[in-house]
Amino acid sequence: MISIQQLKKKFGKLWALDGVSVEFASGKSYALIGPNGSGKTTLIKSVLGMVIPTSGNIVVDGEIIKHHWHYREKIGYMPQIGRYPDNMRIGQLFDMMRNIRNNPPLVDDELIESFRLDRMFDKRMHTLSGGTRQKVSAALAFLFHAPILFLDEPTAGLDPVSVEILKEKILKEKEAGKLLIITSHIMSDLDELSTEVVYLQEGHVRYNNSVEELKDITSEQKLGKAMAKLIRGLEEKHVDVKITTNE
Amino acid sequence: MVRIVKYVFYDILRTRFIMLYTLFLLLCTVAMFQLDTDTGKVILSLMNIVLMVVPLVSIVFSTIHFYNSYEFIELMLSQPVNRRVIFLSEYFAVAISLCFAFTAGVGLPMVLYGADASGFTLLYSGIMLTLVFVSLAFLSSVLTRDKAKAIGVALLFWFYFSLIYDGLLMWIIYTFMDYPLEKATLALISLNPVDLARILMLLQLDISALMGYTGAFYKEFFGSSRGLIFSSVVLALWITLPVWGATRIFSRKDL
Repeated sequence: MISIQQLKKKFGKLWALDGVSVEFASGKSYALIGPNGSGKTTLIKSVLGMVIPTSGNIVVDGEIIKHHWHYREKIGYMPQIGRYPDNMRIGQLFDMMRNIRNNPPLVDDELIESFRLDRMFDKRMHTLSGGTRQKVSAALAFLFHAPILFLDEPTAGLDPVSVEILKEKILKEKEAGKLLIITSHIMSDLDELSTEVVYLQEGHVRYNNSVEELKDITSEQKLGKAMAKLIRGLEEKHVDVKITTNE
Repeated sequence: MVRIVKYVFYDILRTRFIMLYTLFLLLCTVAMFQLDTDTGKVILSLMNIVLMVVPLVSIVFSTIHFYNSYEFIELMLSQPVNRRVIFLSEYFAVAISLCFAFTAGVGLPMVLYGADASGFTLLYSGIMLTLVFVSLAFLSSVLTRDKAKAIGVALLFWFYFSLIYDGLLMWIIYTFMDYPLEKATLALISLNPVDLARILMLLQLDISALMGYTGAFYKEFFGSSRGLIFSSVVLALWITLPVWGATRIFSRKDL
């Protein structure tokens, strides 16, 4: 459903993405993992068209997205840090987003209800706490039944009850056959939510396979331990590569 | 597009700045009309406000507004909306509200106190200058990510066109005063929208006789419909070119 081909992005002198090629198939749930600054958010923003790649192609549903914008109807995006117009009330924000998408008759307001956002529709965005903002971001991402969902650190900053509500919702959408791409540093969450692992490091895809496979080759039960083992393994190999190139 | 313009409008109205600006212009214009009964003199005094204040307010307000709506722009970008539409909606909403404020603030008293053709020239030049400086503000806003730097660039535009350029022009005229400079200065004036507006108005006010032979030459050129068309076209270029450049930069910008 999303195919990324040799994607490169340069910020100043730094290659944030250095030839990333990866396929995201619908019905699967991907965990996008990598250290801080490894290019996870840049990759997501490139697919959304917020960051313009230096080179390479992104294909969504068979269409190269360069200069296009219609494809974004198919994408729900929950940003890492949701930034919203300060003076707007929560209710106005939801109205506006619906209006921008031509007021679709069927919206998914399940999260608005379960997060009890409808009770504070007249609160202004700048008065909200970080966690409430996250809830608004999550509710917006799921609002339009988008078949592709990008969730950038969805559970960061949420209280334990809300985390469970959000996880249930994500699992429900996964069962419904949607394509999910989730970044997080909380491995236990990803263990529950995702079936595939894409590991990014310094702008390269270093690992791309199923969670099962990863657990198998590392002979670990939990994703967190498996990832740690994988990263150590990759680093050792990385050192070897360096020595050979230096000679 | 209309939908997004509407939301930006709503946002601008909430800040109340436009209302204050309208009131300020209203007060100035009424005060001028109260002080003097000669419409020509009133227009001349108003002209100085229009040439200094309107560009300054337009460029600073537009730049600040652009940076304050960064969140809105980011939010829209993740939605199925064309980038150009987002940017141009911002432009139109700001330009329309500033033009409205100017027309209401200066135009209303003129209707009340009665003004002649020179009043219309003043309104026309004011609206054109507003549009030019909003365009320049949007250009300076997309050139950098830093708000302070963008406001600096915007102010530099204002200083350049309001003060520095005239100084340079004077220097050129004095240095080459032995040569016939009418056509050369005409070309040089086109490079500054503020000067273009100033000359348009001065020639309406029948004080061009004070400018000697050059004044007569300009009177002949700008007084005719050919001159009006020329200056309108040049001002229109001053409006469209910066917006066009800014849109191009914005559609390739990382956010």
